[in-house]
Amino acid sequence: MDLSINGQIKQYQDKITVEQLLRLSGISPGQVVIELNASILSPDLHNKTVLKHGDTIELIQFVGGG
Amino acid sequence: MDQLVIAGRPFDSRLLVGTGKFSSNQDMVAAMEQSGSEIVTVALRRVDIDNPDDSILSHIDTDRYLLLPNTSGARDAEEAVRLARLARAAGCLPWIKLEVTPDPYYLLPDPIETFKAAQTLVKEGFIVLPYMPADPVLAKRLEEIGTATVMPLGAPIGTNRGIRTRDLIAIIIEQANIPVIVDAGLGAPSHAAEAMEMGADAVLVNTALADTPNPGAMAQAFRKGVEAGREAYLAGLGSQRDKAEASSPLTGFLRNEQ
Repeated sequence: MDLSINGQIKQYQDKITVEQLLRLSGISPGQVVIELNASILSPDLHNKTVLKHGDTIELIQFVGGG
Repeated sequence: MDQLVIAGRPFDSRLLVGTGKFSSNQDMVAAMEQSGSEIVTVALRRVDIDNPDDSILSHIDTDRYLLLPNTSGARDAEEAVRLARLARAAGCLPWIKLEVTPDPYYLLPDPIETFKAAQTLVKEGFIVLPYMPADPVLAKRLEEIGTATVMPLGAPIGTNRGIRTRDLIAIIIEQANIPVIVDAGLGAPSHAAEAMEMGADAVLVNTALADTPNPGAMAQAFRKGVEAGREAYLAGLGSQRDKAEASSPLTGFLRNEQ
């Protein structure tokens, strides 16, 4: 299935969870805040939320800034 | 030094520092430590999913520093509100440095979108610290809707040009009942001291610390500048005159008066 992640279309196996997506991408869960289809996804839902073809995901983190 | 109080929370330091553009995390940490700051700003950006970095938060002791996320990159109120909500969802306290800068050349804050975003965020319970043009009318309007501070610019972000908006910032300080934090453009400790001598409650500095070979030493210099400026303001500066007024007695000269 195709997922749009941070503006890029990427292919993944069906029925992965958000937690699995993070693990596959080498991102530790505490490092990011996630929007799924324009709604903020709370961390306790990462392992319960199964992604669907066409979902739009934003993975956001803190960086240096003034 | 007397304490700075923002939204009921006291701080011993009147210097806020940004964490952007340092050449290494080591330099950033040195600047934070040497500045004596208790408030540090961070930004929110997309993760590079092909090459994820370690989080900046692993280098910031959040027991020691209040993390103040900004909404940099927002071009309108909607984008700023979205970023603020994401920052809060990331586990931060609901403090937000509101920045709406649609103009990519001078990064000047959009007063209308900043005001609209501030209205929404205050209603949602955020402690809002808005970066704003040095406009005394806008400062009063933001105060009226409940922002925690106002943050007028001294000069465009990252320019190190000092306080080019001096007369307007003086009016903002005169009229404000909330802390005035001079943000952007301060490039030297003397600029920070100048803001504090004018009666600003605090200053925020980033580029001036990151853009030097020795950020830790520069941060310490800024710390001293801020402290000197604040102490001078509290002591009360002498008044200015057009003509000389002798400091030494005008009698008893070693000559015969004619």
